[in-house]
Amino acid sequence: MSVDQKMDSGRRQLLVATSAAGGVAVVATAVPFVASLTPSERAKAAGAPVEADISKLSPGEMMTVEWRGKPVWILRRTPEMLASLEKTDASVSDPESDKPMQPDYAKNKHRSINPEYLVTVGICTHLGCSPSDKFKVGAESGMGEDWAGGFLCPCHGSKFDLAGRVYSSMPAPDNLEIPPYKFLADTTILIGDDAKA
Amino acid sequence: MTTKSQELLNWIDERFPLTSTWKAHLSEYYAPKNFNFWYFFGSLALLVLVLQIVTGIFLVMHYKPDASLNASGIPVAFASVEYIMREVPGGWLIRYLHSTGASAFFVVVYLHMFRGLLYGSYRKPRELIWIFGTLIFLALMAEAFMGYLLPWGQMSFWGAQVIVNLFSAIPVIGPDLSLVIRGDFVVSDATLNRFFSFHVIAVPLVLIGLVLAHIVALHEVGSNNPDGVEIKKKKDANGIPLDGIPFHPYYSVKDIVGVVGFLIFFSAIVFFAPEGGGYFLEYNNFIPADPLKTPLHIAPVWYFTPFYSVLRAITYPLFGIDAKFWGVVGMGASVVVIAFLPWLDRSPVKSIRYKGGLFKAILAVFIVAFFILGYLGVLPPTPGRTLVAQICSVIYFGFFLAMPWYSKLDKCKPEPERVTFK
Repeated sequence: MSVDQKMDSGRRQLLVATSAAGGVAVVATAVPFVASLTPSERAKAAGAPVEADISKLSPGEMMTVEWRGKPVWILRRTPEMLASLEKTDASVSDPESDKPMQPDYAKNKHRSINPEYLVTVGICTHLGCSPSDKFKVGAESGMGEDWAGGFLCPCHGSKFDLAGRVYSSMPAPDNLEIPPYKFLADTTILIGDDAKA
Repeated sequence: MTTKSQELLNWIDERFPLTSTWKAHLSEYYAPKNFNFWYFFGSLALLVLVLQIVTGIFLVMHYKPDASLNASGIPVAFASVEYIMREVPGGWLIRYLHSTGASAFFVVVYLHMFRGLLYGSYRKPRELIWIFGTLIFLALMAEAFMGYLLPWGQMSFWGAQVIVNLFSAIPVIGPDLSLVIRGDFVVSDATLNRFFSFHVIAVPLVLIGLVLAHIVALHEVGSNNPDGVEIKKKKDANGIPLDGIPFHPYYSVKDIVGVVGFLIFFSAIVFFAPEGGGYFLEYNNFIPADPLKTPLHIAPVWYFTPFYSVLRAITYPLFGIDAKFWGVVGMGASVVVIAFLPWLDRSPVKSIRYKGGLFKAILAVFIVAFFILGYLGVLPPTPGRTLVAQICSVIYFGFFLAMPWYSKLDKCKPEPERVTFK
């Protein structure tokens, strides 16, 4: 403040206005920097659908294909495996697949188009680890007497059944995600695209 | 001093506060004369910081932050670390100094923080020193976490995947936030490059700034000591604390003893057990990152495990929000709560030497709980272990949040007028 304690209010207003304008400019300058942190055009374009040949998959076997940098599992379920889903109905948190973790055509008991083939993103809905398969049943699996077969996430112990449905009171909040997919032929699946021809 | 050099010094002093800075921070900075070995860890932390910066500068000369696969199908980043280890002359040593240095940094910093806890170094008027210190701890965790991604091994990849996904648990902004952190829909080359940038430029700059603020604030109010009494209360005719001695040469020389002791331990580990039995460098990190397969057992590096256990301990949804979010909140809170210690401790005395049995007992339980949390964090979860982690998490938070009450109830002994010194 000046020696005579008088403030030049005109100058003060100019000072405030200039500072405000400068502040706006600083914030505006931050925009391209923050924008540069978001996925690049190349990263956005990298989501092309992938084809999987399932002709060599025998019952009870699972294969993994990479789609958008994530593992997608294709599990050919045996009749016993499908029957186990009845058993786990009571112990999973979203048995009817009410949460939107799958396309509408996979919102069913077996969470798939063809009951035999489970197609799911092999990424735990908790913090993104890839669960391990625990297909053996009962005590032999090391998962306890009444284990009906399924998946166990090594990171935080979430358990999923053979339709990718998460058990109740697990760290993972949702069932495994079912990606959009379609059968191109009886033994070929296209993952990432479900548009009708 | 010869006239020539005195003239040069005068010439500088008229243009730059060289002599006055030297005096204010070293030769005429009066520190309490009763420091014990706990007071080594501040200067040791500074030493390790310098070690990490120097080794880091040399590592960057050979390291390549590139997740693409080379001709042999190995990620370039992973291969460049192997190249440093096997083909760069002396590279193995520089790399082991850096990787062991990261663990040493946390050992030293944890002991430094525990010293503060023992002697009430966070109490008035040292609240800001403590807050800067907590921020240093946070920055250090960010620095270590991002550095761990760079070798692009399995643990690097899946560790980053888990921690970045933590942010997606935040309601509303979470998914976009984790996208901005990764720069891609999955942990990828974009993530590796930005973590490299943060690890070598941004976070070290912040760290150095915070360390400066930490020391400037310390030298403004003066150091605490094992008795927790203010030496500035009793001064001689010249205004010098009666129980104070100049930092240089007394403590500069004493700290060199600490440095020698530290370097003996440190070199023993660097030369004979650089992987720290799988705790400093985890076995799975010698396998290149595979986005399709999580290792059967993943665990963070030891210095994160107590906080990681808190994260895993929270398994119940609350207020209609997933347990995942509350786990993240719990983990964040377990670090942030440390900053509030200056206002949680209502004890009439600062130092544990004059605190009563109640505080000592609760502190002991807290330390045990902290170690159990750390141990559980490296193990795979089972229902029994989760229960133990839940109990220990409650003890952890209870230590802090109940402190305003039990620190008042505690029967303390009277503090001495001056520091005790044999």
